[in-house]
Amino acid sequence: QKVSVEVLDHLEHLALVDFRDSEGVERLQKAIQFADHLHEVNTDGVEPMDSVLEDRCLYLREDDVTEGNCTKDLLENAREKVEEYFVAPPGNIPLLKLEERDTFLQGS
Amino acid sequence: AALKDGLRSQVSAALKEGRVTPTELCQRCLALIKSTKFLNAYITVAEETALKQAEESEQRYKRGQPLGILDGIPIAVKDNFNTAGIETTCASNMLKGYISPYNATVVQKLLDQGAVLLGKTNLDEFAMGSGSTDGVFGPVRNPWSYSKQYKEKSVPKSHSEDEESNWVITGGSSGGSAAAVSSFTCFAAIGSDTGGSTRNPAAHCGVVGLKPTYGLISRHGLIPLVNSMDVPGILTRCVDDAAVLLGSLAGHDPKDSTTIQDDFKPFELPNLTDVSKLSIGIPKEYHVPGLSSEILALWSKAADLFKNAGAKVVEVSLPHTRYSIVCYHVLCTAEVASNMARFDGLEYGHRSDKKESTESMYAATRREGFNDVVRGRILSGNYFLLKQNYEKYFVKAQKVRRLIVNDFIKVFRSGVDILLTPTTLSDAAPYMEFIQEDNRTRSAQDDILTQAANMAGLPAINVPTALSERGLPVGLQFIGRSFQEKQLLTVAKWFEKQIQFPMIQLEEVKRCDNYVFQHQKSASSS
Repeated sequence: QKVSVEVLDHLEHLALVDFRDSEGVERLQKAIQFADHLHEVNTDGVEPMDSVLEDRCLYLREDDVTEGNCTKDLLENAREKVEEYFVAPPGNIPLLKLEERDTFLQGS
Repeated sequence: AALKDGLRSQVSAALKEGRVTPTELCQRCLALIKSTKFLNAYITVAEETALKQAEESEQRYKRGQPLGILDGIPIAVKDNFNTAGIETTCASNMLKGYISPYNATVVQKLLDQGAVLLGKTNLDEFAMGSGSTDGVFGPVRNPWSYSKQYKEKSVPKSHSEDEESNWVITGGSSGGSAAAVSSFTCFAAIGSDTGGSTRNPAAHCGVVGLKPTYGLISRHGLIPLVNSMDVPGILTRCVDDAAVLLGSLAGHDPKDSTTIQDDFKPFELPNLTDVSKLSIGIPKEYHVPGLSSEILALWSKAADLFKNAGAKVVEVSLPHTRYSIVCYHVLCTAEVASNMARFDGLEYGHRSDKKESTESMYAATRREGFNDVVRGRILSGNYFLLKQNYEKYFVKAQKVRRLIVNDFIKVFRSGVDILLTPTTLSDAAPYMEFIQEDNRTRSAQDDILTQAANMAGLPAINVPTALSERGLPVGLQFIGRSFQEKQLLTVAKWFEKQIQFPMIQLEEVKRCDNYVFQHQKSASSS
């Protein structure tokens, strides 16, 4: 069962990485095929496991400020900034649709 | 002291007595790093800061106030740990030029004890891989490729085609760290282990690789791959040294809420002489197709070794072993999809020039920054996390995970103390052969024996066992109960002493090391 172009497009949107070429799509197909082996296992009545430490209480520390004031250090690694702001291009503009995007999936 | 010496027994004493100074040690390691540059084990060598740290250590020794065993000891750290002021790249274009503003907890702990940080070691991009071949700085070469032992056994196809095409991989993804320890450029190195990334290269490079219990050592500052399975790994030349490192790194960290709060007491390993109370389990499912006959024979020999020494050796069953790789594949890609979302170019790392919209900038940044392997895992992970797939794949994998964990619980409850298994399917493959298959296939093959320990969060260690017919190292793995590192390492040390794994014979090291070449196999000979 091949993954539809709609789903591939949807994945590129969600992941914000592209399949690049047919190899990329093939890679996903193989990954799904491989994962399908999971269905050979009977998991009736089995609870999903989030963490091997599930029997322990998560450590919660006191809500006290113990460090901070490192604005300069944190801004150091950003390429675009203005005063104490990280600068991003305009938001609220969705990624271009499949037909307009520069993606391998076009014409699929 | 020679570069080959064990930490606790020789080097520490030598430093205290002034027979060698931290500066000398540091300089010798730096020189050796330079002369073994072809191994490509290091991405960044922090020469200036290392020498400064060595100098400070020397002052402490002069005052008779060393901070501990690790004071003045040269260490290397895998390049997916944050190191303040030093570039941390994860061998990816995404983080090229990224200078960490802070130290990972394990790094801070090492520095607080006076260790000398020599540099950052090479790895597969974002620790995804089992060969240390898929990073942007190129593959790491296994030092054993240049050893007398390997050269003697290899048949040169033609005179020109000798070392250049014959070299073997280190395994991965902590290949740089393993190569660094194996080639004596540092006394210990930090790696990470999510599916076997510390034990696999340890086996191929003939060094001790310890994966501690999940929750014992802080992951704060380790750039995460799979939050529920990642652990910092320890690579050393002998089991005693691994215990020393463990002692200095383990313990609760308020900055990592997944570290357990129990008190951790560092320990010295006893010299076990009586193994009659020990029960060793041999999981039959680890006899996988593809396991080389050589390793099978070694595994059998090791089991006999324990039996003949009086230990109880029993065959056990971990029935869901063969699903652990598939389970890992789904859980890993899912967590990766989430963890890699932070790389968008805004706050750190590579940023694309695209300005039209946030989304298009993110997409272009990630397109430019990640290699195929990383992108592949992100896309697969996102697929398994889609609403229509979530139950079917992600939750299903979480259920299978519980079954795998239960297998181990059952076996340990039946009275088995330690499990003995192979670490890898074979000795290190030549690079040219390894790259014939893609990363995912290789990882699926190579992680098969190491992965389940990560699934269950159990401690596991690779102990170099013997040389293969090709003159390359082969190791065996011991898996212990959660948080029972002392028992695990005690048994591993006993085993190490019985087998006396040969030392690598490298030209470069002979030249660099001025002192008498001691045939030192383990540090416990004192």
